[in-house]
Amino acid sequence: MNSMNCSDMTGNETKIDRRRFLNRCWTLFGIAAVAEFGWLGLSFMNSRRERNRAFKTESIITAGPVEWFTPETVTAIPNGQFYLACLADGSLLALSRTCTHLGCSVPWDEEKRQFVCPCHGSTFNLIGEVLTAPAPRPLDTYPVRIENGIVKVNISTPQKRERFDKGQTARL
Amino acid sequence: MIPSSPKNRRFFTGFLLHLHPRTVPSETLRYSLSWGLGGMAALLVSLLFLTGTLLLLTYQPSTDSAYASILILIREVRFGLWVRNIHHWSANLLVIVAVLHLLRVVLTGAFGPGRRLNWIIGLFLLFLLLSANFTGYLLPWDQLAYWAVTICTSMLGYIPIGGLWLQELFRGGAEIGPATLANFYVLHVVFIPGTLFILMLWHFWLIRLAGGLVQVEKNSPEDVSVLRVPTVPNLIVREAAVGLALMAIVLVISIVWNAPLLEQANSGMSPNPAKAPWYFLGFQELLLHLHPVFVVFVWPLLGIAALFYLPFWHDSSLPTGVWFGSDPGRKLVAWTAAVGALATLVIILIDNLLLHSGEAVAVNILITRGLLPTVLLIALLVGFYFLLVTKLKHTRAEAVMAGLVLMLVALTVCTIIGVWFRGPEMRLVWPWVQQSL
Repeated sequence: MNSMNCSDMTGNETKIDRRRFLNRCWTLFGIAAVAEFGWLGLSFMNSRRERNRAFKTESIITAGPVEWFTPETVTAIPNGQFYLACLADGSLLALSRTCTHLGCSVPWDEEKRQFVCPCHGSTFNLIGEVLTAPAPRPLDTYPVRIENGIVKVNISTPQKRERFDKGQTARL
Repeated sequence: MIPSSPKNRRFFTGFLLHLHPRTVPSETLRYSLSWGLGGMAALLVSLLFLTGTLLLLTYQPSTDSAYASILILIREVRFGLWVRNIHHWSANLLVIVAVLHLLRVVLTGAFGPGRRLNWIIGLFLLFLLLSANFTGYLLPWDQLAYWAVTICTSMLGYIPIGGLWLQELFRGGAEIGPATLANFYVLHVVFIPGTLFILMLWHFWLIRLAGGLVQVEKNSPEDVSVLRVPTVPNLIVREAAVGLALMAIVLVISIVWNAPLLEQANSGMSPNPAKAPWYFLGFQELLLHLHPVFVVFVWPLLGIAALFYLPFWHDSSLPTGVWFGSDPGRKLVAWTAAVGALATLVIILIDNLLLHSGEAVAVNILITRGLLPTVLLIALLVGFYFLLVTKLKHTRAEAVMAGLVLMLVALTVCTIIGVWFRGPEMRLVWPWVQQSL
């Protein structure tokens, strides 16, 4: 401390400049360290994204011959985790069984002839339209194809929709 | 008052006395001032750390073996069932105790100047212990766990901008699977307890810094002769009495009632009804009535912002150390609670009729079941405030207290309905009907 007091002005200034410079360096290093660890953590977590997908081995599901599905019925296809709804005119619609509200699995109630969500009470009709809130949109669909009388459904990505239209169905 | 003995004090040296001052005002020893709720919460957290450590020795955090490891724990490990039950009941009691503690702080005016930072830390602690409860709920990987994590992470997806990113972050991918369990395991076992521990110490230290518990302010400056008594043994024996009694209660409850465990997680079938853990059933009730964006994002955001801002609003805290501030304050709280409970019940019943009245779905539920109720609620609260302050001549602090009590009562009514009066497909039923199903 004594030497600080005795030193002349110019010496003092250079000392403070050096100190300020070093302090800035340390701050910079600190920020760099935080950034590095943040980047490290995020990359680490992002790399696991695909891990949960291992469950889905098959994306094209064979539901069965088209004769199995009679008009005005809903058939659960357990190995694809979806429903095949057969409309009055015999066209087929593949409905995701995941509720569009918060992801619960919706069972088909044969007596009431509607899908009823056990979690928050949303109901959907045979073609997946919302009958009772809180679900914000109709059940998602999957593309259906009929090849040589066999119904095949591509479950790789559910199709979100705002309303029902004929394009979502398939018929012979 | 028992005089302090040096031998005792030497015995209690160290950490315990660093958290407490050497002497405390004798007035703050009165049990009905604080009901010992903060101490109870601290004891429950210690029980949780202790039993949690034991549980860690048998639990296996992977989707294939988690459920089986719980079965082994409760069937084969000696006292395994009891340890799991103690952990479960301590965690559930902690939610109740912490909310009551918050209510006590509001009703005795303990969040004003000098205690603002501690109110904020308290809010963080409440958030952390709810997160701890919820993340722990998922670890057994049974049906309860699987569908709770499904619903909760789907809720994150409704947050505007970044919601889907958050959802993927917590799920560890687009779907629920091994990475999801790993995430929640690390949160439950490392991140939350660590943060909780640090914030708790800070919370205790700030109480000491603010001069201990709240007490009645002395009117005249001459009246400085506050009687102080030694912490050891006066405060310590009281804390021990509360702590040991509570511990005995938790141990007995854990012998009588088992923590729930359903079948192993089945991604194909939601249980019917699929209910959230009880402390979130108030939110689930709101989800039945309102658009998810508002339940998940707008309302919590408004609520949290209000709670954080509260201590910084001038004169929003009651006179310190007096329950309800005054006698009119006590009457106001009683009326608010009664009217609030009734109004909530009536609103739920009416909306239940509306929901099931017809096949008609409103064209834009974002407005009818989102914006409109929000505006109505805010208008109601503002109207209520001005009615109390200008017409009924209550102080701002009393009006704020009444508002908080109103919100808490409404949430409690929603929770009670969710726990006992919601049956299959979340329809309203009587509890005795629900039991027979």
